[in-house]
Amino acid sequence: MSPIVFYLDPGSGAPTYRQLVQQAERALLLGYLRRGDQLPRVKDVTSSLAINADTVLKAYRELEHKGIAEGRPGLGTFIVADPPVPGPRELAGLRRSLGRWLRDAGAAGLDERTMAALFEMSLHDFHAATAGAVA
Amino acid sequence: MNTAAATTALGKRYGRTWALRDCSLSFPAGRVTALVGPNGAGKTTLLTILAGLSAPTTGTVSVLGVPAGSPRSRLSVAFVAQDTPVYTDLRVRDHLRVARDLNHQWDQRLAEERLAGFGIPPGRKAGKLSGGQQAQLALTLALARRPGLLLLDEPLARLDPVARHDFLGSLVTACYEEGISVVFSSHVLPEMERIASYLIVLSDGSIQVAGPCDDLLAGHRMLTGPAGRAGELAQRLGAISVQDGTRQSHLLVREAGDPPPGFQSREVTLEELILAYLRDQTATALPGPGTLRAEAVIS
Repeated sequence: MSPIVFYLDPGSGAPTYRQLVQQAERALLLGYLRRGDQLPRVKDVTSSLAINADTVLKAYRELEHKGIAEGRPGLGTFIVADPPVPGPRELAGLRRSLGRWLRDAGAAGLDERTMAALFEMSLHDFHAATAGAVA
Repeated sequence: MNTAAATTALGKRYGRTWALRDCSLSFPAGRVTALVGPNGAGKTTLLTILAGLSAPTTGTVSVLGVPAGSPRSRLSVAFVAQDTPVYTDLRVRDHLRVARDLNHQWDQRLAEERLAGFGIPPGRKAGKLSGGQQAQLALTLALARRPGLLLLDEPLARLDPVARHDFLGSLVTACYEEGISVVFSSHVLPEMERIASYLIVLSDGSIQVAGPCDDLLAGHRMLTGPAGRAGELAQRLGAISVQDGTRQSHLLVREAGDPPPGFQSREVTLEELILAYLRDQTATALPGPGTLRAEAVIS
């Protein structure tokens, strides 16, 4: 059995396969998944979430492509990476600076929803800028 | 990947009315194909022709490499008609017995294990089962025949959300584990989006949209930007749908490339895409003329 169980967030707007990828990445970051752990078996995901196998396989291929997971024929897909580069200390530092930003935003009169919208927009710009840099 | 079924220039006429016209389609093997369209668009007609229960007026239909309706196709095709019919006065175990006697291929163990898995008592009369259990019984009778192609005509209509979820979960899992090809008609779009790999939208007897869901999603974008420029942009890009506010507009367009200045571009969901095409029946998204793109993807 896998240490994690996938779920679907109908409000997320993200394609299903990407939700699975993000959940696996987040689980790795937060320590719910560790190197050597098995991801949920495809048939368990298809039957519990009622999504087609292509979607699950696409998510697992992307995790493999990112070097996070590895498919072992006949066995399943396993985590082969450690949590991403920033160690717990860097992560804590980044979280603190984000906390400072949130306090500033709150002081400027923004509510949480507006902060989230602003963050989403900045993330969108960041994504566009990095995608542009790659292309 | 292979083709589970294919139609060429398929037409079906009832009296003076053409229920289907010039439908050339291929259905991918080992996947769920969603068949969507308004009532009366020809979905049930198409399914009964694939099942071999009704003969086409024009064109050809092959199913798993043999003509639809031939004895060999009937062995390998299972059809579950609308509302997943069962015999209300017959006990569950007698459904299995009758089905076993009527079919050359029959997997009694699969049938028994499947029903036990859903907690369906063999001694109960089918009429006393819940709607969800009746649907699972009908699906079990179809799956235990070990079909290569399973045709389902709106099987979700009477199911509550939990039964629906379990039904679909077991369907996609059977697809994955047994390699069964499924053609599934339904009006329930969010669920279709989750289980289907291939989409066909029928409109008034003709194919309006056909293609792998991934390709269709990659080929469409939603553009959001100032309303003032939306009209001209919609014309130029051939927008499938335009939703206008006084200042802001949303346009669903095909393969837009970089968004025009002032516009943001985002991915669409299959539900948005289907709704847009259902609202504008003049718009089509079809494989190119001559060669079916579906075939290119499947080969």
